[in-house]
Amino acid sequence: MSLTNEIIRQHLTEKFGEDVYDWDEPYGMLTFTAHKDLNLKVLQFLFDDPTLQFRFLTDLCAVHYPNKKGEEIAVVYHLHNLVNNVRIRFKIFTDINKPDVFSTTALYAAANWMERETYDFYGVNFIGHPNLVRILNADEMDYFPMRKEYPLEEQTRVDKDDEMFGRN
Amino acid sequence: MPDTKQHIKLPEHSLEKRTTTLNLGPTHPSTHGVFQNIVELDGERVVSAEQTVGYIHRAFEKIAEHRPLYQITPLTDRLNYCSSPINNMGWHICCERLLHVKTPKRVDYLRIIIMELARISDHLICNSIVGVDSGAYTGFLYVMQYRELIYEIYEEICGSRLTTNIGRIGGFERNFTNEAFTKLEKFIKEWPGVLKEFENLFNRNRIFMERTIGVGPISAERALNYGFTGPNLRAAGVDYDVRIHSPYSSYEDFDFTIPVGSTGDCYDRFLVRNEEMWQSQKLIEEAYKKVQDFKGKEAEVFHADVPEYYLPDKKDVYTKMEALIYHFKIVMGEIEMPVGEIYSAVEGANGELGFYFISDGGRAPYRLHFRRPCFIYYQAYSELTKGGMLSDAIITMSSLNLIAGEMDG
Repeated sequence: MSLTNEIIRQHLTEKFGEDVYDWDEPYGMLTFTAHKDLNLKVLQFLFDDPTLQFRFLTDLCAVHYPNKKGEEIAVVYHLHNLVNNVRIRFKIFTDINKPDVFSTTALYAAANWMERETYDFYGVNFIGHPNLVRILNADEMDYFPMRKEYPLEEQTRVDKDDEMFGRN
Repeated sequence: MPDTKQHIKLPEHSLEKRTTTLNLGPTHPSTHGVFQNIVELDGERVVSAEQTVGYIHRAFEKIAEHRPLYQITPLTDRLNYCSSPINNMGWHICCERLLHVKTPKRVDYLRIIIMELARISDHLICNSIVGVDSGAYTGFLYVMQYRELIYEIYEEICGSRLTTNIGRIGGFERNFTNEAFTKLEKFIKEWPGVLKEFENLFNRNRIFMERTIGVGPISAERALNYGFTGPNLRAAGVDYDVRIHSPYSSYEDFDFTIPVGSTGDCYDRFLVRNEEMWQSQKLIEEAYKKVQDFKGKEAEVFHADVPEYYLPDKKDVYTKMEALIYHFKIVMGEIEMPVGEIYSAVEGANGELGFYFISDGGRAPYRLHFRRPCFIYYQAYSELTKGGMLSDAIITMSSLNLIAGEMDG
């Protein structure tokens, strides 16, 4: 029996009811949202349920929506059921002033660095992460560069000392 | 005898310390890229390894939020620069899926030729470097001239060799020249002999086997939990391949085998990559045959008929009104972009290379995230090397095929 989006949706609604919402299927991939406190429960259920078996964490990243008040930061999980070859996308939203989200490192070893990367660029504070420090940026950086309020450097600026870059 | 304690200030407890801390990298001949490993050694055994990455982080995801689609292609080149055509194609395929562009079969087959050539050149580097790190330099020198030939084929098609920026949304910027096909034929003819010779040097080589069997192993379960994909996962015995599981670029028209290993150690990873090169050779041959089967007008097709996304020929821009308008719109990033989000993946040389693209209808992606396979599986390195010898840690690193560009994004 192949696993369809309807079956996944049915299973999740049976278990979580109204706590999982915003069902959508952009380009065929089932997408849904849950309250951020439930992320571990939903992921654990997706992992353990004998029908669902979403055991492979493909990707974890964050998105910043400055206009959504109270839920500015989205954390997006892409999960893959390798047995039936089905992918789903699971989102949680969090307040930018209190971006605390439970860490999934206990469930997926792969989440370790992905969460560090997400922290590094968006400042999501993963509770329970064993080593939540910056990974790609310099340790002494004091802001989260992928947030939308930080623009790219002006391409035409002239105040830089070109000699430092080997030009004159 | 003078009292040394007065002059040399030793760190506190340093004499009681039982292990040695060794810095490998950031620039070290055996690390193949700019990343650092702080290894804790007990004698020659690795107690723990801590990795530092990010030395060449270039903020591609941030830049991509400010660039029209065609300007993001050169960014993808610089992810896994050993096989940039796969990254380019992966990006084009992601855009095509978002924009609902359907590519003609001939384009798909030409893409497969390029992608499989890139896979061969990537695996070639990885496997020959594993040889170098175990003390066998010959293979590396011997096969390098065929990577050169692959680069010459790229050069015939797009004009550059390493960071290729090959193709466009909808197809290629120009048709393949006859010279490109001649070089491809030469490659198809000579490559199997070379690969056979390369295998003869290594596969049953006693020293090589002793150095790699049982070194840096990982079980299938741990590999999956660590998010392994590509040859490293297949070496652990899981037959997951994006080309089979969610085919793109008409891979479903081809008959090929996905090799799997069993123990997930360096030797298995080496063998899986070698076998994948044979499969790639077969795919290239088949795709080339299919390309030759196109007759008449079909044999000239090298891009989809989507004027709103595909940059027009330069001479049309100067002579035709419509082409001029499209050229202007595309260059200024004024094309119609649907609102939506898509995750599109291709089988990169290192594993599943994914693009998570959120479009808000603007000229640039609202958010673009690259799923970079290297970055994800490198975190297992500490677990892979624990308890092994330091020299084994070096081989494990090269057999994982870590590419700094892909890791740092």
